[in-house]
Amino acid sequence: MSDEGQRLPVTTDQDVVRVRQAVRTFSVAVKLSLVDQTKLVTAASELARNTLVYGGGGEVVVTRVQNERRAGIKIVFADEGPGIVDLTLALTDGYTTGGGLGLGLSGARRLVDEFEIDTEPGKGTTITITKWCR
Amino acid sequence: MERVPVLKIGDILLVSIQIDMEDQVALQLQEDLADRIVATGCHGVIIDISALDIVDSFVGRTLATIASVSRVLDAETVVVGMRPAVAITLVELGLSLPGIRTALNVELGIELLARSRQDELTELDFDEDEPDAAAVSTS
Repeated sequence: MSDEGQRLPVTTDQDVVRVRQAVRTFSVAVKLSLVDQTKLVTAASELARNTLVYGGGGEVVVTRVQNERRAGIKIVFADEGPGIVDLTLALTDGYTTGGGLGLGLSGARRLVDEFEIDTEPGKGTTITITKWCR
Repeated sequence: MERVPVLKIGDILLVSIQIDMEDQVALQLQEDLADRIVATGCHGVIIDISALDIVDSFVGRTLATIASVSRVLDAETVVVGMRPAVAITLVELGLSLPGIRTALNVELGIELLARSRQDELTELDFDEDEPDAAAVSTS
């Protein structure tokens, strides 16, 4: 019941759009509030773009989750890119190595309830986010 | 690749984004708008984002760039129709869109542009007609 996940490749700009659409569909299905839907889709968009631009592509898995009290959505972004050398720096607002605004990672973290990052230089990066219904 | 149409209405270029844009589409829009501003000599750009259910940092940055580029080309940009949930998310994301003028809808956006154009022209007239007055006031 809780493991009907959807797996999406992220190798093109178009795939980032598909991730947004899939996350939106899941968000509506678990009845996240409109603001929470917007926050989760925005966070997913930032992280999927990071997977593409910094990770050199990878995949995203969107899953519906359930604990004792609430339903929610868990999204995993995985790439086998260069990894993140200085995580503290990467999570700082305004820090970027890619010419962006440096808000993707730090901003996405603020938009979700749970944010986990697993990265090692040369081994890739896996980010897991969760948003729970209120 | 899809393309966002740019419509000319009087002295204004109107863009209504109706699709979930790929990054490339957003960049193309930025170029198309710069070209159209120069080709038409329009002094105002209105970007309607009422159909967008999210604005992430990439789209936000593109809007900011469009506003800056238009300003250099003597056109003012107004972003209109942002949804409340999008505004909340943008601020929490850390993107406050400095330098972008906003209005609640297209109609108010047109009024804003007309007013700011009027102010600009009045200022110019003043400078040309009364050089002495300006000289006196600074002395």
